[in-house]
Amino acid sequence: MTSLPTETTGKKLGLVIDLDTCVGCHACVVNCKEWNTGGYGAPLADLDAYGAEPVGSWLNRIHTFEVTPEDAPASIVHFPKSCLHCDDAPCVTVCPTGASYKRGEDGIVLVDENMCIGCGLCAWACPYGAREMDPVENVMKKCTLCVDRIYNDNLPKEDQIPACVRTCPAEARHFGDLGDPESDISKLVAERGGMDLMPEMGTKPVNKYLPPRPKTHSHVEPEAPKAKALDAKGFLGWLDKTLEAL
Amino acid sequence: MGLHDRELNTSPHVSDEIRKTTCYMCACRCGINVHLRKGEDGQPKVRYIEGNRDHPVNKGVLCAKGSAGIMQHYSPARLNKPMKRVGERGKGDFEEISWDEALTTATEWLGEIRARDPRKLAFFTGRDQSQSMTGWWAQQFGTPNFAAHGGFCSVNMAAGGIYTFGGAFWEFGSPDWSKSELFMIFGVAEDHDSNPIKLGLAEMKRRGKKVVGVNPVRTGYNAIADEWVGITPGTDGLFILSLIHELFKMGKIDLDYLLRYTNAPYLVIDNPGGKDHGLFARDKDGDILVADRKTSKPVKSTTKKVKPALQGECKYARGKKARPVFELIADKYMSDEYSPENVTEKTGVPVAQIKRLAQEIAEAAFEKEIVLDQPWTDMKGEKHKKMIGRPVSFHAMRGISAHSNGFQTCRALHLLQILVGSIDCPGGFRFKPPYPRPVAAQPKPHGGSVANTPLAGPPLGMPRGPEDLLLQEDGVTPQRIDRAYSWDAPLSAHGMMHMVIPNAHAQDPYQIDVLFMYMANMAWNSSMNSKGVMNMLSDKDKDGNYVIPKIIYADAYNSEMVAYADLVFPDTTYLERHDCISLLDRPICEPDVMADSIRWPVVDPATQGENRDARGFQSVLIELGARLGLPGMTNEDGSAKFKDYADYMANHERKPGVGPLAGWRGKKGDKHGRGEPNPNQVQAYIDNGGFFEAELPKEARYFKHANKHWQDWAVEMGLQDGPVENIFQLYSEPLAKFQLCAEGHMQPIPPETHKQRIRENMDPLPTWYPTFEGDAVSETLYPYNALTQRPAAMYHSWGSQNAWLRQIHGSNPMFVPTAICDAKELQDGDWAIISSHHGSIKVQVKRMEAVNVNTMWTWNAIGKRSGAWSLDPDSPEAKKGFLLNHLIHELLPPKGDGMRWSNSDPITGQAAWFDLKVNIEKAPNQNGPTEPQLPKQKRAKSPPINIEYGKEWTK
Repeated sequence: MTSLPTETTGKKLGLVIDLDTCVGCHACVVNCKEWNTGGYGAPLADLDAYGAEPVGSWLNRIHTFEVTPEDAPASIVHFPKSCLHCDDAPCVTVCPTGASYKRGEDGIVLVDENMCIGCGLCAWACPYGAREMDPVENVMKKCTLCVDRIYNDNLPKEDQIPACVRTCPAEARHFGDLGDPESDISKLVAERGGMDLMPEMGTKPVNKYLPPRPKTHSHVEPEAPKAKALDAKGFLGWLDKTLEAL
Repeated sequence: MGLHDRELNTSPHVSDEIRKTTCYMCACRCGINVHLRKGEDGQPKVRYIEGNRDHPVNKGVLCAKGSAGIMQHYSPARLNKPMKRVGERGKGDFEEISWDEALTTATEWLGEIRARDPRKLAFFTGRDQSQSMTGWWAQQFGTPNFAAHGGFCSVNMAAGGIYTFGGAFWEFGSPDWSKSELFMIFGVAEDHDSNPIKLGLAEMKRRGKKVVGVNPVRTGYNAIADEWVGITPGTDGLFILSLIHELFKMGKIDLDYLLRYTNAPYLVIDNPGGKDHGLFARDKDGDILVADRKTSKPVKSTTKKVKPALQGECKYARGKKARPVFELIADKYMSDEYSPENVTEKTGVPVAQIKRLAQEIAEAAFEKEIVLDQPWTDMKGEKHKKMIGRPVSFHAMRGISAHSNGFQTCRALHLLQILVGSIDCPGGFRFKPPYPRPVAAQPKPHGGSVANTPLAGPPLGMPRGPEDLLLQEDGVTPQRIDRAYSWDAPLSAHGMMHMVIPNAHAQDPYQIDVLFMYMANMAWNSSMNSKGVMNMLSDKDKDGNYVIPKIIYADAYNSEMVAYADLVFPDTTYLERHDCISLLDRPICEPDVMADSIRWPVVDPATQGENRDARGFQSVLIELGARLGLPGMTNEDGSAKFKDYADYMANHERKPGVGPLAGWRGKKGDKHGRGEPNPNQVQAYIDNGGFFEAELPKEARYFKHANKHWQDWAVEMGLQDGPVENIFQLYSEPLAKFQLCAEGHMQPIPPETHKQRIRENMDPLPTWYPTFEGDAVSETLYPYNALTQRPAAMYHSWGSQNAWLRQIHGSNPMFVPTAICDAKELQDGDWAIISSHHGSIKVQVKRMEAVNVNTMWTWNAIGKRSGAWSLDPDSPEAKKGFLLNHLIHELLPPKGDGMRWSNSDPITGQAAWFDLKVNIEKAPNQNGPTEPQLPKQKRAKSPPINIEYGKEWTK
């Protein structure tokens, strides 16, 4: 079994995902795939890519839920999901070889593919289903928080952020240090009531989700009119008065 | 574990080079940075594609489609060599030929036609982004039979807008995202203008402003909208007119705006049954009259300092009466016909919601007024110290336009915007250059084909009135094969691509000899009645000859349409080609910047796969033009004028000093907008990241329809040659003229069959009438609406061969309201038969609550013909995916007299995809696949089974 880091900097890099603006467009999903398939570790393979049952590995997927409250019309929530880089990551402690690990310096959870035997225990242990076995290389793939971008001196400073954040057209994805209460991203979480995913699992996820804002329901009555509705005659009076004032 | 006890290179090499070009994974035209890195074969290979942060359209972001460009570029469905058909049409049997043979064959076919009767060429170009060039080519050839896909896409939106206020949504304008207080979005496909809209919605949300989504389906943008209006399809116009009704009842109309910028005070002749009824009252100089408010006397509308009346009868000449447009508007929309109580049932929108939204629109417009300290001068010379904004904005697309009442619905929406004074003001809707461009500044349509002679002007344009119809000498028969600009669809400004193949097959109004198409999947998802169209393409006459004699098709991929071509030109992918996204065409400007852009071969096709010999279609067209000796493409000695499309982009002049690209003109490349051609212009674009932009002067940024600074700047930049008057046409006189034709008072006179519909539908004031299919079929037999939504991660059929995108949308269920499912005992995954007046399909059902209660829907263009696009014939796209197109006929059900009308808007000819009415029953046989299953298309090539993209870089 593998241990969580004993020494940390207190830095907790992670994502904040705004469910109020995510339109479920899959930009983050695909941009993640194209960056990472030529990047960290084995490529993100696609089995039977043009066939009857295409299956590929992805590090980030969007789940779409229909919400049907009793007192409001049904609505749709788009829910992007990738590794949440948990403080108490069960995928790490369950790993028999030490391949799964959490970095002390920034909290990123990674898989050292040279040590991974493809046993799949970590995927079983993850309550979020955030790990996927690569169908060709048989190693465990997961979100690296673009560890090969965020410190990469070959990229301009402004691009040293995860690919999913860089590409999101709805600005629904934010990246930063959730260990620092003064960081922009921590303030955003505080301001918008950011939430943990399934806190009852005790994994202490670093990533946070911002809930959708309340919506107006179709049956909400208008305010009482400030003036009597105009009829044809009243309208002519209004017209004359308004023209006079121009 | 300690802090740094694992070794990890966090600064790996990313790419050898970044080349900046324009995306083509949909029609959005975002800027992209293409990272190239040496592949296993030593050739440059695409490592990564990201958005270009400097680009005016996407500002750095990139959607799922754009991010999947690698798989599009390396798709096994790519066509590599020209091909000629060797089997029967539709089977997919081809032989590869040389470019010389392909071009020689095409030149023979087309040259013979041009010398005999150029109309016999029908040249239609689908999702073409080079229409200013392809349309010009058709004009030089001399055929009026040219259009792109606007007729089945969104011509109602474009024509409704341009005829009303000289602009429209998307390419022609956008909401003022940074200043709007309230934003309403109607029926917008998530694949159109997608990144700018998402960026805009994010900005509205960040600013804490309200977004209202009007759509029968609560997905995508509607899912995040702060309020959802789950409208019944085809009733948006009625809903909008009810909002207008409420605004009138509240007295929330911007009269100052109407008096300054619209025809609200114009006098309309009141002479029922007379030959001038409904026309504007004019004096003997032909100038339009208004009534002086004090004296009630008629005066020219252009009289300085006149205070025109907005109501009251005016005797403008002996025995002649007229009323102001505004009075007609108030009379019409204050009527109870449009009260919320009277429209709630038809629209499915609660009374409370209509009333409240009208209040919210009024509050945003009038109580949250924006004042910018920005002086400006209007075209009358009046100086304004400030810019006053009514910060309520709207956006709409195909959801309101793809109906048989779409033109009038689009007009209704623009009427709403104008009544609250929110066109091109701070916080409202904003024009994007080169717009505003009213009808008067648009070309007219040109016909009159003569052997070996160009047309006198472009085939497509905006008719000013009945005099601009393209009719044969009998005044009835259309000149065009698609019957555009005829009595069927007088204002069909984008042509009617969906009618080309049915009419060519019916040889009505005449036979054509060559059907030449580009990038239009007419044998599948781009046609109504796909199966019927496939039969028309392969149908033979009694002598065994194809009814449509010759078909040439150009495409980058092995689509369903390829199988029906006799001659195939392989187009390049978007990363291998030159293109110009031109101001002469569909520009990429934003409200504050005039911009255009290019594509260029960021990779050379010769290095992008074995045996790859594809050529950019526009370069092929230019060579074909030179071989045919077309004017403008040939030098006096008969040699080719342009080497290829890139040469044309830099050196073609549409008029002196104005060409396809606006940036870096002049011999030294130091002039913008106007200037002589610059031989190094394309390189200048490449050096600037693939695009050019020029910021509008601050005083020119709003009220462009009446802004002197804008007019001066537009003239300087070559967007127009002089000032253009743009009075918003609340009342549309061209429509009134068509009505007079139908009354027999004006020439030409439509045939009896058309009179009633011209009279009823061409109302000069925005109106609503029930959709034609809904009105024609039995409510008992077909009680439900069915429509498609476009997924954000797929662009029509192009995404289908994409190894990544097909894992997101590989099959499509029919999403059916739970109440209907309960009544029909349908559970998720059950197979159901959906039927319309035209046919039936068998599909799998998914229950859904967040949808209009009478409307079922599915994703567009996921279903594929088995074997097409180089996919496994048993792919989910073929076996679980389906098209709604099989239920939609290009004609409406027969009327009592046996007439069958085109299933289109009667004014613009826009294909009425979204009028579809259906029924649903549980299928007796609960096994797949989807039906209909058509005979397999020959799979061109067996692609790789597994992909490990980028493996060479990860070692």
